Amino acid sequence: MNKDLVARLRPLIGLVLLSAAVALCSSRFLTASNLLTVLRQTSINVVIATGMTFVILTGGIDLSVGSTLAFAGVVMAALLATQLPLIVSLVLVLVLGAAIGAVTGLVITKGKVQPFIATFVFMTVLRGATLVFTNGTPVPADEGPHADAFAFLGQGYLLDVPVPIFLMIAVLGIAYYVLRHTRFGRYVYALGGNEEAARLSGLRTRSIKTAVYAVSGLLAALAGIISTARLSSAQPTAGTGYELDAIAAVVVGGTSLSGGSGQIAGTLVGALIIGILNNALNLLDVPSYYQMIAKGVIILIAVLLDRKTES
Amino acid sequence: MAAVAGQPILEMRGITKQFSGVPALHGVEFRAFPGEVMALLGENGAGKSTLMKILAGAYDRTAGEIAFRGAPLELKGPRDAQLKGISIIHQELNLVQELSIAENIFLGREPVTRLGIDWKALNAGAEQLLRRLGVQASPRTRVGTLSVGQQQMVEIAKALAFDASIIIMDEPTGALGDAESASLFKVIRELKASGKAVIYISHRLKEVFELSDRVTVLRDGRLIGEVATAGLTEDAVIEMMVGRRLTERYPHVEVAPGPVRLAVDNLESRFTRRASFSVRGGEIVGVTGLMGAGRTELALALFGALARTGGTLALDGEPYAPGSPHDAVARGVAYVSEDRKRRGLLLGLSIKDNIALPALERFERHLFYLSDRAERAAARGYVEKLAIRPPREDQQVRRLSGGNQQKVSIAKGLITAPRLLILDEPTRGVDVGAKQEIYHLINGLKQDGLAILMISSEMPEILGMSDRIMVMHEGAVTGVLERGEASQETIMRLAIGLEGRQRE
Repeated sequence: MNKDLVARLRPLIGLVLLSAAVALCSSRFLTASNLLTVLRQTSINVVIATGMTFVILTGGIDLSVGSTLAFAGVVMAALLATQLPLIVSLVLVLVLGAAIGAVTGLVITKGKVQPFIATFVFMTVLRGATLVFTNGTPVPADEGPHADAFAFLGQGYLLDVPVPIFLMIAVLGIAYYVLRHTRFGRYVYALGGNEEAARLSGLRTRSIKTAVYAVSGLLAALAGIISTARLSSAQPTAGTGYELDAIAAVVVGGTSLSGGSGQIAGTLVGALIIGILNNALNLLDVPSYYQMIAKGVIILIAVLLDRKTES
Repeated sequence: MAAVAGQPILEMRGITKQFSGVPALHGVEFRAFPGEVMALLGENGAGKSTLMKILAGAYDRTAGEIAFRGAPLELKGPRDAQLKGISIIHQELNLVQELSIAENIFLGREPVTRLGIDWKALNAGAEQLLRRLGVQASPRTRVGTLSVGQQQMVEIAKALAFDASIIIMDEPTGALGDAESASLFKVIRELKASGKAVIYISHRLKEVFELSDRVTVLRDGRLIGEVATAGLTEDAVIEMMVGRRLTERYPHVEVAPGPVRLAVDNLESRFTRRASFSVRGGEIVGVTGLMGAGRTELALALFGALARTGGTLALDGEPYAPGSPHDAVARGVAYVSEDRKRRGLLLGLSIKDNIALPALERFERHLFYLSDRAERAAARGYVEKLAIRPPREDQQVRRLSGGNQQKVSIAKGLITAPRLLILDEPTRGVDVGAKQEIYHLINGLKQDGLAILMISSEMPEILGMSDRIMVMHEGAVTGVLERGEASQETIMRLAIGLEGRQRE
């Protein structure tokens, strides 16, 4: 078996080993209801991490996703209180998320600002805007003519499976297709692999980069919709720290932080590893503070293993 | 042991250097004498910089020995060389832009008092060095605000501050104006008078004749000779520099050239001055000049990758003003970079993904689906036509040899079906066999009617392949020679700026 394949399968092997270990420690782990809970809890992180995968594949980073989630959630709750058809409100929020991402992308490409700084600025500004907009209090999302249909997106079940899981699968499927089988996907890898070579091959590197942040913003807004629907209210502090969970999922999933290599499937596996770890520590009654330590250790191990294959 | 006049202070013997098995220097001998200026000359790639980097502790030698002040010299690194009295002023600047002149000069060995850095001594010391070099700026000036020429003077001051007994200057006047050069020459004469050995690398023969006592010439990593400057003629030096036999064959094919494909009128950019020339279909125009002559910058300006500040371009008679490489590619211009690893290829991707990248829209089907089969077929066509080995489209480009990487890089340029192909050093770092294949490929493209602009530092390649030869010097086109009238000597004269037909 060649080295590349081993490296590529490593996150999956990690996931299987972790699951086996958890199953041995707790009989409650391998029940359908617990597994569905893990998937549902992981779904929001997967949606955000999918956008993050696009960004990181180009060699960038997006710290603003958590704040975009909260901002989009609050706007969603506000639109729900109007007479607009639900589908229009949803599309508006998604377009808003994409627009926020596109502006971030323009700051990075036209303004030549480091992605870390540009998205850090948006993370702060959007969080502030959300708090100003809501006065720091949650916005209820259970009123208006479409409240029930909306709540279905976060709380509903189809064939006994929570709806957010279907949304997550749809996002993963589309992202897989785009990265694997379209021109845009190839450009994303090319840009992360060697930006100068991509530019001299005639690629519009600035537009591609801008688009990648738009994708990340759009998916963060979708995560905001799901989260608001799940709680029937938009929390102005929602999504705090989610950018780190998303980055962790991408990195644990084997995508290189320097860009150019990685897979969307890896991101799913990475998010599941983190999700299962949290779940296991809950099942074993480990206090939540320890979960943070465990998460850090897992990320470190993943990155160290990655280093080893590169050298 | 004190330096004795007439005895070399430095003797390098049998210096051999290999870079991952590829020899760059073969048993070179080199000497330097106290109180003298030794000029080190040779074409690009002759091994001058490699030799000097070994002397300055930046490279380890593969074989050979160095005697310094009569004793064997082993260097642990650049720092060690400086401490032992060997200073080098590199061609490229190594200054910290955010620090002051004085801080740069004494970086890492600042005078200290018990309370920290002794700023008074630091600035006074720097001031003294600057005055000696005729630089008017205050030592407290931030380096980032200085012109490139002034920065070069700071670099020189830094080397002088070490009070070295051997001072190596690699093209020190490249960025200097006439007045600055004059101050530098004055300092070099002072250094000579105080018994220092100066090693001077320059492409400007005039300076060499003005300053040096002896000349060492390298060619292809070998020593050609060490001679006293007195009694030497420029022609004799040039012959030593270029007089290689043509050991490789450069196939030239006669093609009746078509109409003018690219017309360049007074093109200006930050690095090039008023270039005017044309390239016809079915013609190879060779572009040559010494390092830093602005060849690559000219190509990038034509390709929309570097901003143009003046002049007009036309492609097949239509105005052509690319704002980006994307525009250039859309208009049928392709550029194959001199630096395939950094600017040409995506090393982590496959041969197929690399070749297909510039023309992906051609493989797009419904729902934006890229047809893998169509991509593969196109890539396979180039793999076969260019004899890329191994002939597997899925092979990661990183694992290919230099020659095969170069072929992939060229295929990447060809897939957009260009009208004008700009090849920048198409055979750099490529073995002899692959070179031949690339020459035949280029000739084939010429026969197909492509207009080709071929940049090369290799004189035999330029002379052998080109229909016309354009020579550049310091950003300006100094001449365009017909195939018949070009020789190594005529080109070298234009390249070092001895003659210029098109200068302002």
